[in-house]
Amino acid sequence: MSAQEELVKQSASDMAAQLRSGQVSSRELVQAHLDVIEAAEPSIDAFLQVSADQALEQADAFDQHLAHEGAEGLPELAGVPIAIKDMIVTKGIPTTAASKILEGWVPPYDATVIKKLKAAGMPILGKTNLDEFAQGSSTEHSAFKTTHNPWDTERVPGGSGGGSASAVGAFEAPLALGTDTGGSIRQPGSLTGTVGVKPTYGGVSRFGAIAMASSLDQIGPVSRSVLDAALLQEVIGGYDRRDSTSIPKPVPPLAQAARQGQNRDLKGLKVGLVKELGGEGYQPGVEARFNEAVSLLESMGAEVVQVSCPHFPYALAAYYIIMPSEVSSNLARYDGMRYGLRVMPPEGVPQTAANMMAATREAGFGDEVKRRIILGIYALSAGYYDAWYGSAQKVRTLVIRDFEKAFEQADVLVSPTSPTTAFRFGEKMDDPLAMYLNDVATIPANLAGTPAMSIPAGLSDDGLPVGFQFFAPQMRDEVMYRPAAALEAALEEQWGGPISKKLSTPWLDGLAQDSTK
Amino acid sequence: MISGMPTFTREEIKHLGDLARIALTDQEADRLKGELNVIADSITKVQEVAGGDVPPTANPIPLEAYLRPDEAEEPLTQEAALSGAPVTESGMFVAPRILGEE
Amino acid sequence: MAEKLMKYADAVAKYDPVFGLEVHVELCTNTKLFCPAHIEFGGEPNTQLTPVSLGLPGSLPVVNKTAIDYAVKLGLALHCKVNEWSQFARKNYFYPDMPRDYQISQYDKPLNGEGYLDVELDDGSIFRVPIERAHVEDDAGKNTHVGGADGRIEGADHSLVDYNRAGVPLVEIVTKPIEGAGARTPEVAGAYVRAIRDIVRALGISHARMEQGNMRADVNVSLHTGPDAPLGTRSETKNVNTFKGIEKTLTYEIRRQAALLESGGEVLQETRHWDESTQTTAGGRVKTDANDYRYFPDPDLVMVHVTKDHIEELKAQMPEMPRERRARLKKEWDFTDRQMQDAVNADAVDLIEDTVKAGATAAGARKWWLGEISREANARGVSLQELPISAQDVADVEQLIADGKLNDKLAKQTVSGVLAGEGKPAEVVKKHGYQVVSDDGALDAAVDQALKDNPDIVAKLKGGNMKPMGAIIGAVMRATKGQADAKAVSKIVMERIAKS
Repeated sequence: MSAQEELVKQSASDMAAQLRSGQVSSRELVQAHLDVIEAAEPSIDAFLQVSADQALEQADAFDQHLAHEGAEGLPELAGVPIAIKDMIVTKGIPTTAASKILEGWVPPYDATVIKKLKAAGMPILGKTNLDEFAQGSSTEHSAFKTTHNPWDTERVPGGSGGGSASAVGAFEAPLALGTDTGGSIRQPGSLTGTVGVKPTYGGVSRFGAIAMASSLDQIGPVSRSVLDAALLQEVIGGYDRRDSTSIPKPVPPLAQAARQGQNRDLKGLKVGLVKELGGEGYQPGVEARFNEAVSLLESMGAEVVQVSCPHFPYALAAYYIIMPSEVSSNLARYDGMRYGLRVMPPEGVPQTAANMMAATREAGFGDEVKRRIILGIYALSAGYYDAWYGSAQKVRTLVIRDFEKAFEQADVLVSPTSPTTAFRFGEKMDDPLAMYLNDVATIPANLAGTPAMSIPAGLSDDGLPVGFQFFAPQMRDEVMYRPAAALEAALEEQWGGPISKKLSTPWLDGLAQDSTK
Repeated sequence: MISGMPTFTREEIKHLGDLARIALTDQEADRLKGELNVIADSITKVQEVAGGDVPPTANPIPLEAYLRPDEAEEPLTQEAALSGAPVTESGMFVAPRILGEE
Repeated sequence: MAEKLMKYADAVAKYDPVFGLEVHVELCTNTKLFCPAHIEFGGEPNTQLTPVSLGLPGSLPVVNKTAIDYAVKLGLALHCKVNEWSQFARKNYFYPDMPRDYQISQYDKPLNGEGYLDVELDDGSIFRVPIERAHVEDDAGKNTHVGGADGRIEGADHSLVDYNRAGVPLVEIVTKPIEGAGARTPEVAGAYVRAIRDIVRALGISHARMEQGNMRADVNVSLHTGPDAPLGTRSETKNVNTFKGIEKTLTYEIRRQAALLESGGEVLQETRHWDESTQTTAGGRVKTDANDYRYFPDPDLVMVHVTKDHIEELKAQMPEMPRERRARLKKEWDFTDRQMQDAVNADAVDLIEDTVKAGATAAGARKWWLGEISREANARGVSLQELPISAQDVADVEQLIADGKLNDKLAKQTVSGVLAGEGKPAEVVKKHGYQVVSDDGALDAAVDQALKDNPDIVAKLKGGNMKPMGAIIGAVMRATKGQADAKAVSKIVMERIAKS
């Protein structure tokens, strides 16, 4: 293994430790990842944009800072590079939401999370691929490219955040940011054997996250370890006055909870198995890994109880009313006036502003986005508002109540993250309903605003990763980090290291033995 | 409470396209018609449990609005504001001919 | 093209108008409703924007506290039920001047609920206008139409959009259907909108300059044959931005709809607009479900909470309302209804009050502000406030008269001098040497000369006929170049007559 390969295969927290001890510089870290990106992209295609120059500049600035002023006051991950889902606005770096309608847009401002990363001295490697406007579960709906699953490049990485998940899974980045509206961080995490966290709604500022469905969207960490995710969430989380839905409270002590979990002592912890999230539709291999992981939790002292959330079977339906309704309004602004694409109407059609907008949106949006906009317009229209949107909001209340009741019986809830492992390209493209079912286990957390995360639970019979999901009560994100870190530690002991050890990485083979300069 | 399941026609889809300002082709409208009928069928079930006594939830975390002080911050420069515009003229964004609607 | 109209008197004799007004008032906050961009009328285009007011992807709205406070004050002035909890909702429609292609407004949970406003009509009677709600929303940008005639939308080739105004806070005050105004419908509407203008100015929450679009009204009206008859279809005339325009719109629409109904025609439910140049309303688009705005709670915003305590605090800050203040001042100043109304119409109430505060009598202050100075303002086409004369100046002139240092004529000349920019009253008096001649030597000589020159008048005065006294005074005035005090002259003449 080359020195470079060894470097990039570490966890982000180990990289951070080496930075502080002076074993490696931020520039070396960034350069190593840029080299991996160059080598891996032909196989993976996770990035829409690589911001090499900016990343190296940021790395140099951090190295200077560390040399002169030390690391005091900086978060633990300072100097460690990161990739950003192209749904998050970055000043001076093109931001597209993987849509033709925004192609070439260079934002004049930074999202709050980007400001925080910059303040933490974390260089930004580039922007990762996604389903157009985060709408999809396979990243196949990107207008620009298809991202491949590092475990089997013939298969999807999940979605919408397939780019961030694959980049982290393929060692192109130690960390990434995603956005999760119905599972877009957790489901790709599950399918690529990475860790993905959706924090409590309002726990991380949405200012600068391109809106898909505002009441469901949440930015969160993508990583290869539970501790790395905790450290990253501590960097990006916290109150932001630019986001009216931001919770005016400090971030809970997440890394501390993760480190505590690594002791693998779960005595006194009550784990609730959600009855409704399993059984029919879940692959046997997925259920097998899930059940083994539950046994491991028990073996560490946790008490396992079964809980029922009777309204979860309605969550998917409510989601597919609320989400498109908000999408139809949030995506109205892409009208060819202020930024992005403009297409004039064809000859013979009056060259009016209204027709320009309609031509622009027809040409600029892909099929899935159009489908959701049309559905949303319908759900909000006068004749159907009460029956659809109104009813869906009530189901939302019922799902929240289900969670509240379940958390009276258990400290954390668990389920498989996704009913299946990674599927082949094109397999579900013609069947929207089948595609939507990917998110059946992840959606309840978005509706209820509760935190949830997915960690690798091993490989299914098909050799592909399976995800294990934890849910915690609103604003108690630390509660899930402890058992997640414990389970991760127990599984890694069985596996003899992180799950990524089982991943063959032919794209790394060609890396130079030492090109860290 | 359970009202009839909506059935989309091509005309309705086209009309929704107008409201959405998307110039759907006939082909697209036909395909959407089929897909949306299937989707509508599966999501209409929300009405089964949405009783009159259940309050709606718009936002999952109960918060009250932070009201910011009326203090100005540095605005975008005109150049930055116009930087992404498809067409500009005299420091302004250019719209094609606007009909007298709304 | 021209539409048939019925004579107004016939129309209101036959039909009973029911009307409604939606008045939009721009609040004069420092920054926008949902972002910290400074607001200034007439700035360079597209320089008062943040990512939020430009509707950039990823940007989020945050509510301006001052805008909410201002709106609460307006709600209190309109006797509205101020709701402790209110919610912003999205009103979805596409238009090039709207950066997000939806407006953030309020729908089923407005800040201010039901209320009313009592407005005073020309004859002093009071009409109560019932108010449905007064909610908060943000304004759109401005389109300039290029390539057509007179910058109008028809025939324009393209439009230029300046989003500076986008996001400026508005309060939309919506009346309930207003019934029972009959033939006085336009008058009630005009008085109502003027009353709102006076209130928002008194509260200091809006510049309320119609010409700058700070206030605009949508005017709805429909006709029926009597209070119990079914209501006809209503028309909605959008964005009328002068008081006169609002009155004329109603007059025109009542005449047009009456003629239509009379001829068996049908009033269309449509959006119209008032055309100042033709003095008519013109039809726009027929309302269809395209006006289904698909309102839903804005998921980027959470409930706005205005506590009972805070409402009480704001209530305590409320100034006296214009109508109450006028009633008080009218009494204090001992004005007639007519005089007070004139002062209001001339926008001179504040000036008169300041002049009285500076020491003048109310009658004296009124005489100047509504007389000489108003004439000058009209001649120059400016407001009283814009003239180079202050309340203090007017009070000073009045003081000079009271002290006997100026007579009426000289006082007028002094005011003219101040208006001409010659300086303060004392400076003008000094510059021109204005001075009432009342010292006995000079005056006695002038009177003696005048009596000597007019023996026939002296004879008449001796005979007890006082009528020709004016001729003697006139002669003395001429001799003293107008600086004599007429009273003093007449006193000396009487003394001479009595002695001889």
